[in-house]
Amino acid sequence: MSDFDPTQRGFVSYIDKSREFYLAKGYGNPYRWASNPDAPFAPLTKPLSESRVALVTTAAPDLQGGQKRSRYAAATRPAPEALYTRHLSWHKTATHTDDVETFLPVRRLNEYIAEGRLGSLAPRFYGVPTVYSARQTVHEDAPAVLDSCREDGVDIALLVAL
Amino acid sequence: MCHQTVSLVARHLEAHGIPTVVLGSARDIVEQCGVPRFVFTDFPLGNPCGKPGDKDMQRAIVGMALDLLETARYPLTTLQTPFRWDETGEWRETYMELPEDTQAA
Repeated sequence: MSDFDPTQRGFVSYIDKSREFYLAKGYGNPYRWASNPDAPFAPLTKPLSESRVALVTTAAPDLQGGQKRSRYAAATRPAPEALYTRHLSWHKTATHTDDVETFLPVRRLNEYIAEGRLGSLAPRFYGVPTVYSARQTVHEDAPAVLDSCREDGVDIALLVAL
Repeated sequence: MCHQTVSLVARHLEAHGIPTVVLGSARDIVEQCGVPRFVFTDFPLGNPCGKPGDKDMQRAIVGMALDLLETARYPLTTLQTPFRWDETGEWRETYMELPEDTQAA
């Protein structure tokens, strides 16, 4: 079953999987994923060694599971020990998210900063809620993250999906 | 869905002058949304920055994201990391697995 099947694409299509899953459960109105033929592009304006980097995550800050659908900003120092992820659709039977560095690599980035590869880490990382409404993400959450980046003097951003 | 959320935010930041890189494991969702730079690791959803406890792998993946910020010249650039989750690949079959009685013959 797990042998490579050259009649299938090599990586998992989550668009296909989720559509088939919900169709099989009787939901006949498949989700319409954000689709763009192009993307914006901003070249680096300064070397990485002089740049301030920000992290963006969809994990939630409250380990009890509150604030699951809220935007937030939280300190990167000290690096968080854990974040709440149970509400998100990661592969819960195959792995776990107990090691926060697997999706919010504050410590790994600090190592690169210590070596001079990167300039600095923004004092806060930014949380955006995962919502079905792309409109909310585009018109409310993304502009708020941009504002936070500007307040914190951010030059570059790493965005990690769970 | 997380992949679409961060991809949309990346597009917004980039459009306003902040270079971005998305790290993820749902390749189709990110590429269909369209982002400037994408580091794809072919893992079960949840650990796009490397396996739990494997600091060397995490460092390598974060390093590739930094490299991509320097090297990408065009948007929609995907870089796949060389890591495999395990030898079996069985995790591919167990996400959103359909109950047997609903599977098409």
